[in-house]
Amino acid sequence: MESIPRKVFLGFNYTFFILISLLCLFPLIHVLAVSFSSSDAVTAGLVKFWPVEFTTRSYEYMLNKPEFFQSMVITVQRVILGTVFGLLLCLTIAYPLSKEVKAFRLRTYYAWFFVFTILFNGGLIPGYMVVRNLGLLDSIWALILPSAVNVFNILLMLNFFRALPKELEESAFIDGAGHWTALWRIYLPLSLPSFATITLFTIVYHWNSWFDGLIFMNKPENYPLSTYLQNIIMSGNLINITSSQSLEQLKDISDRTAKAAQIFIGTLPILIVYPFLQRFFIHGIVLGSVKE
Amino acid sequence: MNRTKLKLEMPLHLLLLPGLLFVIVFNYIPMLGIVMAFQKFIPARGFFDSDWAGLDNFRYVFSMPNIGQVIWNTVFIATMKIIAGLIVPISIALLLNELIHEKFKRWVQTLIYLPHFLSWVILGGILLDLLSPNDGIVNQFIKGIGMEPIYFLGDNKWFPITIILSDQWKEMGFSTIVYLAALTSINPSLYEAAKLDGANRIRQTWHITMPGIRPIIILMLTLSLGQALNAGFDQIFNLYSPSVYESGDILDTLVYRLGLVDAQYAVATAVGLFKSIVSFCLISVSYWMAYRFANYRIF
Repeated sequence: MESIPRKVFLGFNYTFFILISLLCLFPLIHVLAVSFSSSDAVTAGLVKFWPVEFTTRSYEYMLNKPEFFQSMVITVQRVILGTVFGLLLCLTIAYPLSKEVKAFRLRTYYAWFFVFTILFNGGLIPGYMVVRNLGLLDSIWALILPSAVNVFNILLMLNFFRALPKELEESAFIDGAGHWTALWRIYLPLSLPSFATITLFTIVYHWNSWFDGLIFMNKPENYPLSTYLQNIIMSGNLINITSSQSLEQLKDISDRTAKAAQIFIGTLPILIVYPFLQRFFIHGIVLGSVKE
Repeated sequence: MNRTKLKLEMPLHLLLLPGLLFVIVFNYIPMLGIVMAFQKFIPARGFFDSDWAGLDNFRYVFSMPNIGQVIWNTVFIATMKIIAGLIVPISIALLLNELIHEKFKRWVQTLIYLPHFLSWVILGGILLDLLSPNDGIVNQFIKGIGMEPIYFLGDNKWFPITIILSDQWKEMGFSTIVYLAALTSINPSLYEAAKLDGANRIRQTWHITMPGIRPIIILMLTLSLGQALNAGFDQIFNLYSPSVYESGDILDTLVYRLGLVDAQYAVATAVGLFKSIVSFCLISVSYWMAYRFANYRIF
C-alpha cells in the first residue's frame, strides 16, 4: 500500500518529467511547424506546434539552392573520411597503450605523451597557423586531420581493451598470431559496443562541427553544411529577391520559415541515427568509464 | 633477452607511429607556436624572422579596457555552469530513479538526452527563433500574460542567465548518465534493511542513496574544476551580439575576434596562452585531486 504523501510525490514526479520531456521536444516541434507554415501565418504569430497554412515552399526554396547541396556533399565527405581516419587512429593508439608495462615498457611514457594534449594546448591561433602553413586552407583535409586523434575516445577504447581477459590474447600468441591479428581478430570483435559508441560519436562530431569550416575555409563554397547553416542563421538576410526565384514563389516564405526549414534539415540526420546512438552509448560509456 | 623483447615490442611501436605523427604535428607544434606571444609577429616573416617583443603583447592585453570584464564574464559563466551542471543532473537522476514505469522512464531518457547531440548552430538557431523579442513564441506568451517582452539575448541583465539555462537545457539529460549508473550499482539489500529499521523514503535517500553516489559526485566536482575557464565558445559565439559583449564576451570569443577577425595574431596568441596556462594548472590540480580523493586514474 502506498501512503498518501508518497502518492502526491509520485504524481508530482510524473508531471515534472512530462514537463521536462516536453521542454526538450517542443522547441524542435515549433521550428518544424514554422518551417511548414506560410510566412503570413508565422508573422501573425499563429504558429505554435502545428503548421498553419501548410506549405512546403521553404523546403523547395532551400533544396533548389546549389550552395546547400554543395555544402551537403562536403559534409558527407568529411563524415566518411573523418570517421575512417578517426577510428583507425583510435584503434592503433588504444591497442598498444592497453598493454601492461611488462609487455610494452614505454607504454606509460607514450600514454602521457597523448594525455598531455588534453592538459595543455597551444590555443586557437598557433593551431590555425599550422594548418595554414601546411597549405591545408580550403582543403577538406583541414576538417579531418587536425581533429583525427581524439584522446577521450582513445581512453574509452583503451579502458575497454584492458578489461578483456588476457588469456584470449595469450592463446592467440601461442597459436602464432601477431599483434596486428590480435587487434583485428580478437580485440575489435570483442569490443563492438565501445567501438559502436565511438563510431557514432565521431559521426555526430563531424556532422555538427562548424567552427573549423569557418576558420579554415576562405571560400564559402568550401563550407561544410554546419558552417553554411551557421553563416545564414546568424547573418539575417537569407532571401534575396535578385536570385533566380520568382516573386510568386517567394510570397509564401520569409527569413524565418526558410531558416526553420534549414535548421530542421540540419537536424534530420542526427534524429535518424539517434535511436542507434542511444542503444549503444549508455552501455559503451559506462563500460569504458568503470575501472578497477 | 633484450633483443627478443625489442622484437616483440616493435609492432606496438609501429602501430603508434601514425598517431604520434598526428599529435606532434597538430598538438605539439602549435605548442611551440606560442613563441608568437613574445614576438612582434608578422605572418610574412614567420616565427623565425619576426622581432622579439618580450612581454609587450601581454602588457598590451592587460591594458585593454575590457580585459577585466572579459575575464570576469568567463569565470562567472563557467562557474555558474559548473554549479548548475552538478545540482540539476543529480536532482534529475534522483527523481528519475523514483519513476516506477520502466517504459515511461526510457521515453523520458530518450527525450532529455536528445539536445546533447545537436550542435549549438542548430540550438542557437532555435533559441534565436524562440526568444526573439518581437515574434518569438516565448515573448508572445510573456506579452499574452500582460508583461513587457524580454530581450533575452540582447539585454546584458538577461544574457548570462539565458546562457546558463540554455546550457542546462542541452546537457542536463546527458549528464545524468554517470549518476544513474552509480544509482543502479547501490546494493538493494541496503534499502531492505533500512525499511526493516523503519526508515521512510526520504531517510533512505539521505542515508543510503546519497552516500552511494557520493564518490561519483566528488569525482565530477573535482574534474569540473578544470573547466573553470571554459565558458562555452560554441554556445556564446552563436548567441551573442555586440550589444551583449559587456556581459557575454569571454576569453575564447575575444581570441577569435582579435586573432582571426582583426589579424592581431601575436596579441590573440598571448590571450590564448594566458588561458592555456591557467587551464593547465586547474586541470592538473583537478586530476590530482580526483586521483587523491576519488581514486580516479586517467588511464
